[in-house]
Amino acid sequence: MNPRYIVGRIGLWLSVFVIVSPAILFFLWMGSLSLKFEIDNASYPPVFFPEHIAWKNYADVFASNRFLTYFTNSLVVTGCATALAMLVGVPAGYGIARMAAHKSAIVILIARITPGLSYLIPLFLLFQWLGLLGTLVPQIIIHLVVTVPIVIWIMIGYFETTPLELEEAALIDGATRWQVFRHVALPIARPGLAVAFILAVIFSWNNFVFGIVLAGRETRTLPVAVYNMISFDQLSWGPLAAAALIVTAPVLLLTVLAQRQIVAGLTAGAVKGG
Amino acid sequence: MSVVTQASPAAADHAAPAREWRPPSYWPFVIPALVVVLAVIIFPWVFTIWMSMQEWKVGSPTTFVGLANYLRLPTDPRFVEAVGHTLSYTALSVLLPLVFGTLAAVVFHQKFAARGFLRGIFIMPMMATPVAIALVWTMMFHPQLGVLNYLLSLVGLPPQLWVFNPTTVIPSLVLVETWQWTPLVMLIVLGGLAAIPTEPYESAQIDGANFWQVFRFITLPLIMPFLFIAGMIRMIDAVKSFDIIFAITQGGPGSASETINVYLYSVAFVYYDLGYGSAIAVVFFLLIVALAALLLYLRKRLLWTSQLGSEA
Repeated sequence: MNPRYIVGRIGLWLSVFVIVSPAILFFLWMGSLSLKFEIDNASYPPVFFPEHIAWKNYADVFASNRFLTYFTNSLVVTGCATALAMLVGVPAGYGIARMAAHKSAIVILIARITPGLSYLIPLFLLFQWLGLLGTLVPQIIIHLVVTVPIVIWIMIGYFETTPLELEEAALIDGATRWQVFRHVALPIARPGLAVAFILAVIFSWNNFVFGIVLAGRETRTLPVAVYNMISFDQLSWGPLAAAALIVTAPVLLLTVLAQRQIVAGLTAGAVKGG
Repeated sequence: MSVVTQASPAAADHAAPAREWRPPSYWPFVIPALVVVLAVIIFPWVFTIWMSMQEWKVGSPTTFVGLANYLRLPTDPRFVEAVGHTLSYTALSVLLPLVFGTLAAVVFHQKFAARGFLRGIFIMPMMATPVAIALVWTMMFHPQLGVLNYLLSLVGLPPQLWVFNPTTVIPSLVLVETWQWTPLVMLIVLGGLAAIPTEPYESAQIDGANFWQVFRFITLPLIMPFLFIAGMIRMIDAVKSFDIIFAITQGGPGSASETINVYLYSVAFVYYDLGYGSAIAVVFFLLIVALAALLLYLRKRLLWTSQLGSEA
């Protein structure tokens, strides 16, 4: 233990502390806001630990029956959009990887750089014409713009790295392409499936721009519901912060629990929805 | 040896006929996704281009107007102003996360306890629901009750109006964007650092180079390709940034933070001028492609000059 080593360690931990603190302090402050009564949230200088904790803010959010509707909407939209994306995206990623059709990735690239709003204008008209506005179907379909490219992109990467020998052996033994995919390729690519699933869920859950255009009063997802709370409820910070924390809590939990998968997926494709 | 000689004719045997019928046999895997992509990505694209040549307002009949919607753009002061806001917002939102993300990556490249967990905490801002964090930032920016002005007062700085002042609104929003997206740059650069061989560092240590020299002359050139990728991704996302701006300022005060994307939203879904909105969408996409091409060109120039520099 020479002094130089100790100084280096202290310096390292100080840098780690400085780097991580903006994220930690922000989310702690978010939690603090959500647990304070109005009198504490409106006091100056700001109070970090209140004398009385306002669990009531959370109870209020859950008690409003609309919140449960919006929560269900979010679950349905994210669930369906992710499930459909996995259903069509995983085989597509496999097919593209095996055909070595790298040019098809250009479509995904274009989808990646196109602003989400430009999908909305034509699809909005289409849904209006089909009479689907007012249901959750338009949002499920348009969330595919986010989830399908993520799943395809990540799965191409995984299927390209899985060994071909096993698949060739199975083909020689008389298995069909589908059986090879189902029983050989898919089990090996399971880590990739987890990565694609997690990222598709997160980016669909977080999506806001599609909802503000397509959602009606009954079909809002949680991010849209929270946004509407800002405009109507500007002054009661406690319940607002509680609602915001409830909306993003599942994602934060998933981020910490599955950080290895998330990091692998983001650095592989560096994709983001919207 | 015998394994190799046995395996290679078998593999060649198998590969030759396989090539004949391979492409059709994998098509069924791709077709469902192809249908989806055609419906939700390609169709909107073609339809947008067609709509951009129509006078198309919700509730009134449509007429073909050719390029009139495009010609209207340069004479629309709000659009021109929005382009300026977008460019300044983007420039800052690329540079700041690149600087902070690289520093963070150098730190996270070291070995220390609970590194994985702390990395998970560090990337929380970019995974969190943007609208939810925008809401909390709005509270933090509050001029009287916000915690940011309190923090400024602790270090003796005067209070700011943050997003409520036209001159500080864009830097304030960039602060949020930087806080949110520095982790992505960090992850990409961290991947680059992991790929650097150790030999240059060993010889630098023997030569007695200090920390800054090592970073400047070994690390930085080697992670340049990764910084470039990070910069490219950051540019694409910053140009399109919508949730944070819309949820915090709606483009205000006045139109001081109205970017192209926010203006596009207003034109298409507040004024329901869908033809003009489509023209903005097309030009917006071309602008992103042009910026990406500019970055590629700059990288080429940079590579060229640095090669000249090393030869000299």
